[in-house]
Amino acid sequence: MASYKTNEFKGGLKIMLDGDPYSIVENEFVKPGKGQAFNRVRVKNLKTGRVVERTFKSGDSVESADVHDTDLQYLYNDGEVWHFMHPETFEQLTADENAVGEAAKWIKEQDMCSVTLYNGAPLSVEPPNFVVLEITETDPGLKGDTSSGGGKPATLETGAVVNVPLFVQIGEMIKVDTRTGAYVSRARDE
Amino acid sequence: MGVIQNQAPAVGEAWRPSATPAVLKARARMLAEIRAFFAAREVLEVETPLLSQAATTDPALASMRVGENGAWLQTSPEFPMKRLLAAGSGPIYQICRVFRDGERGRFHHPEFTLLEWYRPGWTLTELMQEVADLVRVLLQRPELPVEFVRYRELFQQALGLDPWQCTSADLQSAAGARGLGDGLELDTDAWLDLLLTHCLEPDLGRDGLTFLHAYPPSQAALARLSSDDPPHAERFELYWQGLELANGFQELTDANEQRQRFDADQSERAALGLPLVPLDEHLLAALQAGLPDSAGVALGLDRLLMLHCGAEHIDQVFAFPIERA
Repeated sequence: MASYKTNEFKGGLKIMLDGDPYSIVENEFVKPGKGQAFNRVRVKNLKTGRVVERTFKSGDSVESADVHDTDLQYLYNDGEVWHFMHPETFEQLTADENAVGEAAKWIKEQDMCSVTLYNGAPLSVEPPNFVVLEITETDPGLKGDTSSGGGKPATLETGAVVNVPLFVQIGEMIKVDTRTGAYVSRARDE
Repeated sequence: MGVIQNQAPAVGEAWRPSATPAVLKARARMLAEIRAFFAAREVLEVETPLLSQAATTDPALASMRVGENGAWLQTSPEFPMKRLLAAGSGPIYQICRVFRDGERGRFHHPEFTLLEWYRPGWTLTELMQEVADLVRVLLQRPELPVEFVRYRELFQQALGLDPWQCTSADLQSAAGARGLGDGLELDTDAWLDLLLTHCLEPDLGRDGLTFLHAYPPSQAALARLSSDDPPHAERFELYWQGLELANGFQELTDANEQRQRFDADQSERAALGLPLVPLDEHLLAALQAGLPDSAGVALGLDRLLMLHCGAEHIDQVFAFPIERA
């Protein structure tokens, strides 16, 4: 198994700790004038998303994690798992609820997602930064109100609820920033 | 952690300095003020070789080697400066580059500038006062208060542990209670270093200049051991705003003890799988000939400049850090 020495540590490096894959968030070299050098590292558990701090003795080696990111097309949800396909090899992979997480409320069939694979299986799914979705439910609001002031909740076809301007109606397509969950525009304004 | 990453600069921009013109001026001013300070005190400026046939045996320091003859770049000018003292130089100082392989981070760079000086006939207390005087001048902070903290009392007060009595297991459990040291296997001194760097240093020098002194004998490096019972190493480190700036010794003058420490270092190097390095026989011969009782100190000028300029990363005080060198 490949391993990394502490002097190779940098942000984004994927390592194994206590049997789980982690990503290095920040690495700081700490050394007294005379004495033992350490690497003080903030790492993110790629399964749980939790960020913790760990200290390594400088010069030690840590096993690398077989983790990489790939773009996959979302096919469908069969009620239990989410099916994805590699657009070139047509290889299909399934992701469970843990892996899909928050992405579930944004993605619809055909969307391209950035999927993190661990030992070849989806570990986490990132939705596209922007998605266009249909509004399935919202208050009719006031006719003729085109002001930007105020807003109302709207339910989208994927089940996500976002705050939209009063003039946006059921059946309209809107663009949403999935990183913030914020309404961007009507899709036809593009 | 740092706002500036020590990563390669953008393509096409690597020729540019990473220090601003204001920082370059502050560095020049600092060098001029150091020379004026020592001229007024009649301390002689000297230059000794950066290259040596010998290296440091200290297992915590990695020497670099260059050239066909395999000369070693100094990690500190202390050995040749002590030879000058033994030859009767009187008080001396030097401003020079030193080289330490593998040290890179927000406060570390593989080559950096040390100010090192020696005061024959002085005590460590007298030297600490002079260090404080100089640092207050260089920082333009004449009012900075000075505090002296004994290593043993720091650990007793902050962690409830006596470094002279406690075991590795005691230190490991103290670290564990603070969420530190998971998965680490360390010896006593390394656990002390972990606790010092991770838990205690951030508070040192918070309200002024803090001299941490009277170190455990196992961390004497090149310092003399005191004659009290139990002994401590007559060594200090200077901290300001949580950053270690200087390391000073009441210098070991006993050639036999120096050789024993070199040998112990070499054994530790062998045990750690580190390369064995040629030790400095010229230093041992100088000690044999007679080194006057002296206090000596090395002060990291780049870090001092960082604090003076409010820099977040050491790269901000170098014209060209290693990635642009």
